[in-house]
Formats: sequence, structure tokens, C-alpha cells
Amino acid sequence: MGMTLTEKIIAAHAGKKYVEPGELVGVKVDLAIANDITAPLAIKQLEKYGIDKVHDPDKIALVMDHFFPPKDILSAQQIKISRDFAKKMGIKNYFEGQDSGVMHTILPEKGFIAPGDLVIGADSHTCTYGALGAFSTGVGSTDLAYIWATGETWLKVPETMKFTFYGKPQRWVGGKDFVLTVIGEIGVDGALYRAMEYHGEAIKELDVENRLTITNMAIEAGGKNAIMEADEKVLEWLKGRIKKEPVIHKADPDAKYCCEYEFDASKIEPVVAAPNLPSNVKPVTEVAGKPINQVFIGSCTNGRMSDLRIAAHILKGRKVHPDVRCIVIPASDRVYKQAMHEGILEILADAGCLISTSTCGPCLGGHMGILAEGEVCVSTSNRNFTGRMGHPNSEVYLAGPAVAAASAVLGRIAHPDEVVGTKAEALV
Amino acid sequence: MAIKGRVWKFGDDINTDEIIPARYLITTDPKELAKHVMEDADPEFPKKVQPGDIIVAGKNFGCGSSREHAPLAIKGAGIAAIIAESFARIFYRNAINLGMIVIESPEIAKETDEGDILEIDIEKGIVKNLTKGKEYKIKPLPEDLKKIQEAGGLMEYAKAKLEGK
Repeated sequence: MGMTLTEKIIAAHAGKKYVEPGELVGVKVDLAIANDITAPLAIKQLEKYGIDKVHDPDKIALVMDHFFPPKDILSAQQIKISRDFAKKMGIKNYFEGQDSGVMHTILPEKGFIAPGDLVIGADSHTCTYGALGAFSTGVGSTDLAYIWATGETWLKVPETMKFTFYGKPQRWVGGKDFVLTVIGEIGVDGALYRAMEYHGEAIKELDVENRLTITNMAIEAGGKNAIMEADEKVLEWLKGRIKKEPVIHKADPDAKYCCEYEFDASKIEPVVAAPNLPSNVKPVTEVAGKPINQVFIGSCTNGRMSDLRIAAHILKGRKVHPDVRCIVIPASDRVYKQAMHEGILEILADAGCLISTSTCGPCLGGHMGILAEGEVCVSTSNRNFTGRMGHPNSEVYLAGPAVAAASAVLGRIAHPDEVVGTKAEALV
Repeated sequence: MAIKGRVWKFGDDINTDEIIPARYLITTDPKELAKHVMEDADPEFPKKVQPGDIIVAGKNFGCGSSREHAPLAIKGAGIAAIIAESFARIFYRNAINLGMIVIESPEIAKETDEGDILEIDIEKGIVKNLTKGKEYKIKPLPEDLKKIQEAGGLMEYAKAKLEGK
């Protein structure tokens, strides 16, 4: 019996030839990561049990991103705990302040993730790395502390769902519209305990950044991980970044999937996820006209160069609507510098966007753009649960960068063609 | 030993942002976190909840972020157990690792109302609804997870393993 991509990577890390769904296996972990919220709890657990040494400091990365730069004394304390721990344990891969940014943007950027790797993170969006042909999933701090201490963890081999996208996407339709369409179809628990394996010509056509957006949001469908085969585009993207030989796995032709979904990309319109669930997905045209107060372009989902290029393409020579604060946060310091180099920051600043240093910030209602009661935000981030970005009675519409930028211009939810017209070039 | 407690009922997809909003994630102290437990799902909950109470919820309880602060806040409030139709996987792992009682049972979740008194006997695998006079059998944990639970939690298990090496 053949294996899926996820089964192959788990088997390789469990030292087995074959694994099947439902089996509990011990696996060796290539990289175990945490942020400024989850690291301190893991550190506390190690200290509580008198474990004063980590298994392998080079297989750990700590990225300060959620409340970075520290927004108050308590968050500064959490960062200090993480920094002191990194020094004490000899963890070189500690990132804060310089050439840093949002964890799931900087770790692939710096070459920490190679195809075939098994990565575990105390952050639910660790599933992002599947676009590079790696198995990656989120856990809590105690699970992570165990990995730091032993280099291993246990996993239940998930069933795999297969998603195939074919056809040529419409104007403005990118990875975010693909993944929201999937979540809208299967629901926020549609992939619970399962792996989501993506295939098809429309996926192959997407650039690596758009693919990362798709795998990033596996958790919003309840998924354990999302994964794609590492193709030439991925290997090209990784050139000069990764230091080890990539291990390319392919799903076997007779691999067993628990269910299969097919999507015709040409039928997908730019979409939004309306409050208060990421599965509440509608074509943008259905909610166009809804007045808004804030736009957020950033996060581990859509804060990379391709996203900022789309925003700049739409905002160039235009102004953010006077009733809207449009917050743009490049998801890494490298993205920030590249955007500066390409003149994108100037275009966005001229349009009236507020550009911040890299942080998760408003995505989780942490800081840098919190919503008041009744305020409405269009956000390129990943969750729109009750109170996610501020007051429990505020509203978040999730969208891709094109819809977000167009909405910023018009002060209401808008299709990008309403701003640029149907004749102008569309970017994805 | 059986646990007896009063039920607070919640719906589907109760997420970690509702269980403990991110604005409170600047501490890891369970007692501090407990002051805001379930606040965005029910603002009065932190005041109403009593140690020993039981949460009963719908599908996908604990979905969203990996923050262990969510089960910690519930533990800090003294909640004795959580029964749900289903759990989000990271929340479930976290709760087991922290030695909490989490029971997946669509039947109990559907047939229990707020204010009911439940009696849970984990060893015997039995949950009784004393208010409604009903009795349910629950599935035991898989063997590998039982080992973690028997060790007293994942970190105890880790310590024993490291010392054994």
C-alpha cells in the first residue's frame, strides 16, 4: 500500500518503512520553535522539573514576534525570559530586533526549513512550512518543552485529505482565495486531526509565497498539517537559503486518502471570510459596500513581498479613505528592506498607509491596531473569531491583499476592479 | 475517585481567543489567567464559575491558537473537567499534557443542559447525569497517552525518560 506525503515524512522520522493512519509513533524532530508567548511557558516547565539542558540547541529556534517590540512591562519580561534562556542553553537561533520578524516568514526566508523536514512549533501556524514539502504542525508549550529536552515527540499518523485545484484563476485570485474557499467548503473542523495534501496545475502555477498562504491556514480548518510536493519552484526559491540537501518526497500513486476534493480555480472569485468564523466565506461582491474602519495588511498569512506588491499596485497614486486607518506591517525585516528598495513603502506612505516594524501585532489583537466596539476591519490575517482583533463586538473580514487594499481606498469592502477598473493589469 | 460538579454549557467552535483573549497573554500565571477565562464567550463567566464546575461544549472545543494559556486558564479557575462533542487537536494535547480531564462524547454533550450535575468516574469510565438520571460509558485513553497520564503528566514522563538514559 502506498503512502501520502505526510505518511512518508513521519515514517522517515520514526525510523520505519511504513506507517498508517491512527498509528501512534515516536519521531525525531528536526526543528522545535516557539515565540514570546509560548516559549516562557515551555521554559517554566523545564525549570519546574529541574531539566537544565536541552537535547540539541541547534534544533531550536526562538522568534520574538507576537508582542514585539514589547508593548508593556509584562511583555518585555516574557521576552527577557526567552532571551536569557537562549543564552543559558547556547541557542544561537534566537531572533529579536535585527533581521527578524514574524516567525513563519523569517524561518523559511533564512533557510531553516528544508523539504522532508519534520518541524514542530508552539504556534498553531507552524503548519505554514508544508508548502516547502516539509511536515510541520503546532503544539502547546509542554509538548515543546518535552521536545527541547529529548529531541523527540509522539504523533498520531493523520488520515490525509486530498485537494486538487485545476484551471486558470480569475483576476486577483491568489492563495488566500484558494484556502478560504477550501475552509468555506469543509468548515473550521473539516480537517480535524487530518493532513491536507494539495495537488493540481493551479497550485503548481502559484508562486511559493502564495502556496505558503495556503498551507498557513490548515489550522483554520482544524488540520494537523498541510503539505505540497516540493517542485522546481520550491527548490529554486530555497537556493542559497538551505544548508542541507533537500529530501524530496512524492505521494505514491496508490496512496490512500480519506477523502478527495476538486476545485475549478476559474470558478473562484476573490472572497472574504465574514465574522466570526474563517469558514463564513462569501464572494467579495456579496458583501461589497460594507463600511469599514481599519485595514490590516500583514501577518504570517499575507505579509510577504508579493502581498505588498499587490497592495502598492492598487494604492499607487490613490489615497486611503479618510474614515480608514490602513496598517501595513511587512512580516519580516527583509521584506521591509526589499519593499523599501522597490519603492513600495513610499507608494504606501504616500497613499496614507501606516507602516510599522515587523510584528504579529494586530492579527491577534495584541497591539498596533486594536478595534473599538462596533468597528469593522478587513484583514489579510488568518482568524476572525469573536474579539480576535479587539472588542468582542468588533468585526473582522479576512481577505487577500488585493481586496484589503481596494477596501482601504473606498472605505468599504470592495472588489479590486472597483478601484482599478477591469482593463488595468491585475497582480497575484 | 469520582468528580461531581455543576455544568456550564457552551456551543460549537469555542476558540482559544474566547477562552483567553490574546490581550491577557502577557502572563503565564494560571490564577491571573483564570480571572479572564471564557471572557469573550461570556463576560460574566469568570465571576460565576466555581472550583469543581464542569464545562460541556459542542464541536471543535479549543480551536485556534496553540496557546497553552487556554487550558491553563480553565485549570486555574478550578474547572474539574471538560466534555465536548469534539476537541481541536492542539487543545486536546495541551490539556492531557497538563493532566486535565477531557472527555470526547457527542452523546453527553448533546444531552446535558446548563446547571445539570454530573458525576465523572474516570477509572470506571462512567459519567452520570444526576439531574437527569442518565448514565454514560466513556472510552478509555489510548495506551500511549495513559502512560503519560500515569506518569503524572508529560514532563514527569520526560524526566523519568531522561533519568533512565
